Amino acid sequence: MTGYAIEGRGLVKRFGDRVVVDHVDIGAKPGEIVTLIGPNGAGKTLLLKMLLGLVPPDRGTVVRSPGLRVGYMPQKLAIDPNLPISVARFVGLAGKGNVVASLETAGVADMARAPMAGLSGGELQRVLLARALMRDPQLLVLDEPAQGVDVTGQDALYALVGKLRDKTNCAVLLVSHDLHLVMARSDRVVCLNTHVCCTGQPETVGRDPAFAALFGARAGESLALYRHHHDHVHDTHGHVHHGHSHDGHHHG
Amino acid sequence: MAMCITAILMMVIIMDEFLWRAGAAGLGLAVIAGPLGSFVVWRRLAFFGDALAHSALLGLALGFMLQIEPALAIAVLCAAFALILTGMLSRAKLPPDTLLSIAAFTTLSLGLIALAFVETLRVDLISYLFGDILSVTRADVMLVWGGALLALAVLIAIWRPLLAASVDEDLARVEGGDTGRVRLAFVLLLALVVALAMKIVGVLLVTALLVIPAAASRRFASGPEAMAIYASIIGAVAVVGGLFASLKFDTPSGPSVVVAAAAIFAATLLFKRRA
Repeated sequence: MTGYAIEGRGLVKRFGDRVVVDHVDIGAKPGEIVTLIGPNGAGKTLLLKMLLGLVPPDRGTVVRSPGLRVGYMPQKLAIDPNLPISVARFVGLAGKGNVVASLETAGVADMARAPMAGLSGGELQRVLLARALMRDPQLLVLDEPAQGVDVTGQDALYALVGKLRDKTNCAVLLVSHDLHLVMARSDRVVCLNTHVCCTGQPETVGRDPAFAALFGARAGESLALYRHHHDHVHDTHGHVHHGHSHDGHHHG
Repeated sequence: MAMCITAILMMVIIMDEFLWRAGAAGLGLAVIAGPLGSFVVWRRLAFFGDALAHSALLGLALGFMLQIEPALAIAVLCAAFALILTGMLSRAKLPPDTLLSIAAFTTLSLGLIALAFVETLRVDLISYLFGDILSVTRADVMLVWGGALLALAVLIAIWRPLLAASVDEDLARVEGGDTGRVRLAFVLLLALVVALAMKIVGVLLVTALLVIPAAASRRFASGPEAMAIYASIIGAVAVVGGLFASLKFDTPSGPSVVVAAAAIFAATLLFKRRA
């Protein structure tokens, strides 16, 4: 009905008295790449986990299109170094799907027999992507997919995600606190800093003062972060953000 | 002449029957301790297993008071405790090792107090704390093997989802795995094996038999199943070696088995670890 593969409405998460995710509306449509950006501690990962059903929200709802197949690429892998397991075996743990084809698509077919423990950062990311692809996902959720990967590797990874989207028309929801390469390939950018600061197409969001503040906050030091807080005083009386202005942008 | 030889053989058999029983029970335990202990290592549940084992004494005391078969009483109490502990760990704000320490020492102390009321058991305390493998009866051997094979069958049945959940719980859940149920089944198996191991290595040494062979086998294994099987073999060697040493040097059997396992682990450190 809404046309979204997945949609979260009015999501709130508190840890004690601290509101970590504050009335966030977010969604991704089939074939759309939505990028969630924001500084550390902005609640990006937590928001993803609520959408994935891994963490229950304190308030708000998550609606998935019926029977939605999800591929998830976590930020970190919690695998214990005492657990010996090969790449192919790890990817095969997804249960369904073709291990060889997934590894090929992710560009790590030659690593099938390698032990997980010996992978470099970039190889691990691609293996995680291969596992996410196993169930032929209609929604790909990628949490900081380019972490610990050099710039060329990042560009290649995002290019691959873009290609996958073109081929399978899957929705892509990805998190980053790094913008340069992400921006060019996203259909929509959502700036998150506990609440949604602004959302829209990359070009329009790029001109938004709230985005500039976030961007500066990342580049700068603690002073910039402090200033950033002051830039957002206006948000204390306007938490709820309605509508997903798909064209143009919406500034909370 | 022939009769003489037969008589000598008979004597050897009778003399050593307690040792055969001890060995049979120990091997039964090693068979299940290998794979189960591997999961304990992968899931970092060594402290959890230890806390469970510490509660076994309370089960023993309750078993005597209510006049139930001790192994059954221990299994039931450990299982209940495992469920409570799992629930507490998922909610508690305390760090897990702190919570597990509190639970372990509280149940151990409660167990010791409860045992003090059972006059006949007071004398045997040491054998329950550290095991008394040489007092194992024929029925005990059947019980250990029956329990071990049952636990092994369940473990094999839940192997894939349990492995997926042990590798990365979030990924397994997103892929539709019921990780909560798998975890529950696993801690119940752990409770069962603790109950089986009580008589053989004792409350204080149970976790050693789970963790040490698994840790030793990690060096040689390139896959999870290989690590589980090697752990069983290493555990079996430790049981046989420990019992032999116990007989030869007249040392307590449970600690001898654990020291044998530790010696194997130390020897594996000489080898390069496989990735």
